Amino acid sequence: MSAPLSPIALHKQLSRIWGTPPGWGRLSSVNHTILGKRFMLVALLFFAIGGLLAMLIRAQLATPHSAFIGPDIYNQLFTMHGTVMMFLFAIPMFEGLAIYLLPKILGARDMAFPRLTAYGFWCYVMGGSILIVAMLAGVAPNGGWFMYTPLSSRPYTPGINADVWLLGITFVEISAVTAAIEIVVSILKMRAPGMALARMPLFGWYMLITAGMMVVGFPPLILGSILLELERAFGLPFFDPERGGDPLLWQHLFWLFGHPEVYIIFLPAAGVLSTIIPVFAQRAILGYRALIAAIVAMGFLSFGLWVHHMFTVGIPHLALAFFSAASALVAVPTAIQIFAWIGTLASGRPRWDVPMLYVAGFFAVFVMGGLTGVMLAMVPFNTQAHDSYFVVAHLHYVLVGGFVFPMLAALYYWLPHITGRQSLYRLSVPAFWLILIGFNATFFFMHVTGLMGMPRRISTYPSNWGWDWLNLLSSVGSFILTMGFALVLADLVLQLRFGKPFRRDPWRAATLEWAMPTPPPHYAFAALPRIERRADQLRPAEIGPVLARGDGYLGFARDGQMETLGVDMVSGEVEHVIVLPHPTFLPLWTALATAAFFLALLFGQYWLAPLAAVVVVALFLCWPSRLGRTDDLGPVDIGRGETAPYDGEASGNICVLANRTALVTNGTLFASLLFGGLFLAVVAPN
Amino acid sequence: MSALDPAGPRAQNLATLWWIMLAGSAVLFVLVMGLLALSYIRPEWLSRLSAAQWIVGGGLVLPLPILILLTGTALVLGEQLLPRGAAPISVEAHAERWAWRFGYPGSDLTDDGTLHIPAGEPVDVMVTTADVIHSFWVPRLGGKIDAIPGRRNVIRLEADAPGIYWGICAEYCGPGHDSMMFRVEAHPMAEYRRLREGAS
Repeated sequence: MSAPLSPIALHKQLSRIWGTPPGWGRLSSVNHTILGKRFMLVALLFFAIGGLLAMLIRAQLATPHSAFIGPDIYNQLFTMHGTVMMFLFAIPMFEGLAIYLLPKILGARDMAFPRLTAYGFWCYVMGGSILIVAMLAGVAPNGGWFMYTPLSSRPYTPGINADVWLLGITFVEISAVTAAIEIVVSILKMRAPGMALARMPLFGWYMLITAGMMVVGFPPLILGSILLELERAFGLPFFDPERGGDPLLWQHLFWLFGHPEVYIIFLPAAGVLSTIIPVFAQRAILGYRALIAAIVAMGFLSFGLWVHHMFTVGIPHLALAFFSAASALVAVPTAIQIFAWIGTLASGRPRWDVPMLYVAGFFAVFVMGGLTGVMLAMVPFNTQAHDSYFVVAHLHYVLVGGFVFPMLAALYYWLPHITGRQSLYRLSVPAFWLILIGFNATFFFMHVTGLMGMPRRISTYPSNWGWDWLNLLSSVGSFILTMGFALVLADLVLQLRFGKPFRRDPWRAATLEWAMPTPPPHYAFAALPRIERRADQLRPAEIGPVLARGDGYLGFARDGQMETLGVDMVSGEVEHVIVLPHPTFLPLWTALATAAFFLALLFGQYWLAPLAAVVVVALFLCWPSRLGRTDDLGPVDIGRGETAPYDGEASGNICVLANRTALVTNGTLFASLLFGGLFLAVVAPN
Repeated sequence: MSALDPAGPRAQNLATLWWIMLAGSAVLFVLVMGLLALSYIRPEWLSRLSAAQWIVGGGLVLPLPILILLTGTALVLGEQLLPRGAAPISVEAHAERWAWRFGYPGSDLTDDGTLHIPAGEPVDVMVTTADVIHSFWVPRLGGKIDAIPGRRNVIRLEADAPGIYWGICAEYCGPGHDSMMFRVEAHPMAEYRRLREGAS
């Protein structure tokens, strides 16, 4: 390369190459910073919708014999509340966080497949919109978020409601599967040179295991949805016991996904905690290797305990004992993480700030949820608590404690990174107390409500069983909780509007995402660093200016190409130069064609579905044309006096790994189908 | 209606298990939160603990014995609660959206939403459904069991004394789910015999 540029000139050149066009051109964005933010913003919008539904539920249940909304609407409300929170808030939220953060923490300029990120985002938005529009039209799903057959089969749900769930959620799942594959590949192949796996920050490990679980966790649900939609649309009897099917097959397929799903939601949040806690403890995390072992153990165990959602369906007791023990055992890797975090704080010089407040809230709420989880794992107790408000309380303690509180900590920790501003007002502190008090007021005594015999999902109850004051308390608590969230929202707006700018690294963090200007430029790093030590013990304030000068790998703009580095999966040594695609509308068009496919199925226009499918495939075939290269250039300069070939000339490039990961997903889908066939042949009653 | 107010030996065992687990959980919760508080208030008390002590102590030594003991106890208790061998008395509970109908040997299903059982005697309830999945739950007498299409599940209940015990469908089954309640009426054995003879 020619003479080095000034940091400003380099910034201008890179911004020109990596930027997204203005106006309508924004819809063509493929940039991970932009799409990560969009994912999180839309997820927050769905969180607000889900919260609104919860308010209506609590308004209905505040008093006995309530005539506020009838059972028909109520059933849609709780089904949509669960569905929105699980599929349209929690999963997309951490996907967005991962898409925004991973390249920055690992030292790359973008994710592996930027157009796939955009396609996933559009699938998520469109699939989610189908569900919301259906709700506004009064035909929302009403079978409960786990859609048990035969209630969700055609004879008992004749309307379009169940189809909206099956097709809408499968549409949204496309974004989960594409994100999973992309996250696996990006973590394994796109780290800063020298960042061996053993030096990777724990957030990377958590997301790697999470994405791996998604790759094999989602296919059973997708298969179940396909089979149930086939039964509903064409009368194939997979879940009908009178014609050789079995309703329990749905439960197995659903929870085969559904339980890992809970850990898929918890692990990214735990990754956030493992990133934030060391910063505020002012020391490195305790037991780095033990934590990695714990995450891997959790990943494996989570696939072996789905039956604990089915303790009362009449499975032989000794079989239940196995799943009971496995469910109890999952407390061990959880305890390892909890004590590693407390130990980190205890052996450091802990300081307080807003994110730590929410971390403390996490400890209080999540530990309680974990303890009731162990109780529920005990088969005899489960026969009393199952499907009662005890379970409602437990799952909210685990999911709000294990996901929402860590995400609020993450919000306050990384918002300065996203906006480049620091909070001026301390609205976050009263907001925290409102959320903590409101949450416990809502859910703590729900344990008692459940044990006093109140089953979940009833829209009214009589007043003679002592449930009245408990329900009223929960309803009042839920409004306090909502006020807390409203205050957080106000705080965010104030911070965006009036927050004060800062120079760099406000928390004195130790990971790479702070070694860049904030808000981050589109290209993330002006040059990629060489990592010589554990990448969660770096000094971003010192590395940042060096990289901004272009001092590192690829610290230049070449031929208008968007370049980043591909490394060896284990050692992190440079293998090749990855050339990424420019902004394009192709993902949007492809997602629109995919939407046409799903809408054709939803409205029973079966002639249109194959046409739409052909258009989708044709559009996908257009994708490679922009990136192809017809000649070999040999190794090219990558800075620091080193050379590497382009990805097309390297054997182990990201496309190869992505194809292998996708094959695993396909393999799991077929294995689930095989499981279903064997189940019907061997276990089913007929 | 409350599982915390058991009215039979089986529900009593489940309630005892709950109180033991609640006490243990309270201790563990206070322990974890206390350690968290100490790490801020009195870090010097904890600073001598090494990484290995935190992780092995908190992650393995603390939970494993508790979990093994608890899972073992629950397994033994679960085995005791199983309907092993035939109980002297067996009745049918048949769910159909949105009501329960009950049947006795040698007679048709009844429509009055009341299950009659003798007090002080274990009773096997055969739970079936005509349509979707329901769940048979009488909290004061024992746990619940699902009514699954194409299957026949059994739950054994026992009431200590004559009286009325309420039951409710615990598995969501559609718009009538909230009204799917029923009564279990326990009679002294002699009265129960007379009742059955009168019916057949």
